[in-house]
Amino acid sequence: MEISGAEIVIRCLHEENVKFVFGYPGGAVLNIYDAIFTQDKFKHILVRHEQAAVHAADAYARATGDVGVALVTSGPGATNAITGIATAYMDSIPLVVISGQVPTPAIGLDAFQEVDMIGITRPCVKHNFLVKDIKDIATTMKKAFFIAATGRPGPVVVDIPKDITAQLANFEYPKSVELRSYTPILKGHSGQIKKAIKLMLDAKRPMIYAGGGVVLGDASGELIKIAQRLGFPVTNTLMGLGGYPATDKQFVGMLGMHGTLEANMAMQDCDVLVAIGARFDDRVIGNPEHFFNKNRTIIHIDVDPSSISKRVKVDVPIVGHVQSVLTEMNELLDAETRAPDAVALKAWWTQIEEWRGRNCLSYNRNSEIIKPQYVIEKLWEVTKGDAYVTSDVGQHQMWAAQYYKFDKPRRWINSGGLGTMGVGLPYAMGVQFADPTAQVACVTGEGSIQMNIQELSTCKQFHLPIKVILLNNRYLGMVRQWQQFFYENRYSESYMDSLPDFVKLAESYGHVGMNIEKPGDVEGALTEAFNLKDRFVFMNFLTDQNENVFPMVPNGKGLSEIILAEEL
Amino acid sequence: MKHIISILMENEAGALSRVAGLFSARAYNIESLTVAPTEDATLSRMTIVTSGSDEVIEQIIKQLNKLIDVVKVLDLNDGRFIERELMLVKVKATGPFRDEMKRMCDIFRGRIIDVADGSYTIELTGSGSKLDAFLEALDNAAILETVRTGASGIGRGDRILKL
Repeated sequence: MEISGAEIVIRCLHEENVKFVFGYPGGAVLNIYDAIFTQDKFKHILVRHEQAAVHAADAYARATGDVGVALVTSGPGATNAITGIATAYMDSIPLVVISGQVPTPAIGLDAFQEVDMIGITRPCVKHNFLVKDIKDIATTMKKAFFIAATGRPGPVVVDIPKDITAQLANFEYPKSVELRSYTPILKGHSGQIKKAIKLMLDAKRPMIYAGGGVVLGDASGELIKIAQRLGFPVTNTLMGLGGYPATDKQFVGMLGMHGTLEANMAMQDCDVLVAIGARFDDRVIGNPEHFFNKNRTIIHIDVDPSSISKRVKVDVPIVGHVQSVLTEMNELLDAETRAPDAVALKAWWTQIEEWRGRNCLSYNRNSEIIKPQYVIEKLWEVTKGDAYVTSDVGQHQMWAAQYYKFDKPRRWINSGGLGTMGVGLPYAMGVQFADPTAQVACVTGEGSIQMNIQELSTCKQFHLPIKVILLNNRYLGMVRQWQQFFYENRYSESYMDSLPDFVKLAESYGHVGMNIEKPGDVEGALTEAFNLKDRFVFMNFLTDQNENVFPMVPNGKGLSEIILAEEL
Repeated sequence: MKHIISILMENEAGALSRVAGLFSARAYNIESLTVAPTEDATLSRMTIVTSGSDEVIEQIIKQLNKLIDVVKVLDLNDGRFIERELMLVKVKATGPFRDEMKRMCDIFRGRIIDVADGSYTIELTGSGSKLDAFLEALDNAAILETVRTGASGIGRGDRILKL
């Protein structure tokens, strides 16, 4: 039986077991929305802005590991989605974004709400498709989901002209799809893996540096196994937090620009570095020349060959899925008679403990003004370390990363690569849909939250019991911090004037609002908020305006040139 | 160092822009780029002449391989290869130039493919450097117009880029 192109799109989503589609209707996708009206296999979540639709789908993917799906109309709907797509691309998140397009005969004629979505998204997608024949919808959708989820994951855009969704054709969903030009490598090279094991066993000052690939590749269990059997110190990147349990004694904290002293010093001073699903980002290793002032042998495991030797030349590259490679390493170690050099390792740990003893994350606990770090510590306690924490971008993001000890992967949801302000609230929505009974906290700033504040309405419509933890310092804090350090206190346009009354704003959407102004009220307010299990609570914490994020490796400096709070 | 990179890619709309976009987005050089379908109508063959350090060339190859439409990539400079480019030059052919141009064309084994009262059009093939040498050998004032295809390259002997 012939069905419409729109129905074919919906059937494809059913075949892919999609549970949620985040979207916003418009002219070019009206046929698809009409087909959505008569189905109930997935739930459509109507957001208030297309950017939020893509962010929510992205967070759903981060929290579950499934492919997130967003649906937007042509023109402005499509362009509004771009920030969301670029955000997902930078963090390798599997997404399928379906955009409507003007009818085929109108393409290229500057039609109403026409934009070259394929052209605009090309630099920020893993791949994109323009469907020009109704017979291609099913195979294109199959390919889109396949490409998004495999190899190094990423967003895929499927642009479908309106006339194609109106035409009729038979539907048959391909069982599998093969692309001669796309065959991601799963298994690492055995010779390289053996070489790596030997180097690891010979190491005197080993270090494991694990990134987002461990989380995305579901390799946390294998990482814990290999790290604990070898007794090596482990650091996580911002994207890798939760990939190794933060409360474990072998964890030395996050590394990088706002990483711990112990993580950055160990990264600089180690003799064998095992990089797993990480990409030596500029925020992670600082100045690459300084990084190479010290000699070390680098083993790099990554599913994407282009991530290897991009910024940092490595000695033992292993291209493969991190889970597969780590499993193979663990199997080799099962059969291994040698153990790491216990004496050398002990001396190394003594050194690391000395760095750790500097207590680089200490802050003034006697302040009469609320310290943002304190709020995050209490959030961790009140949620028993088991919440999903989404964040926006800025100082609050760094404090959340530093002070919330993530013990599980897929619990820390933030925009690492693109650094997109405004993701926090839509991220919390995506996560809450993925896990409706979970505790979901959105740690944000008064700058970031206003970039997608309209989603308070979506949260009302779907009764999402998110807790917003607004660390309100009335400044674009990270901008102010840089202006203080590098621009002689010239706080150009970083003061956030004319803020709304956030409590009233929340209440106007039917949510609960709270103002918290004293350190003594922090814990009680958090407890009260999380006890309101079925309510959205907007918590406005008035925090110290002058607090800065430490430690800090200034831009262009090396990891060991790290500045601690006490040194200023 | 100059490298000639051969690419087999899906003969699909937009594939060329993916490659060109990659080069501009990542600030890689393109000296020339040529593309045309192969004997297999589903595949296009592209030749890119680029330059960069070994690290940059390694990244270019990896990034090209990462593009979904790219089926195979070969750095011709990794082995022995032949490079050819076609150039059409329109030159002044008046007075003393008329004999001079014919002579230069013969020396470089070009062919005059169009003759007009005041001009010749010369067809010349060879490596890029041979074409450069020809242009240098001509009196600059005599050159009315040049058009070059950009380099095509192919491996020598058993070096074959095919599916």
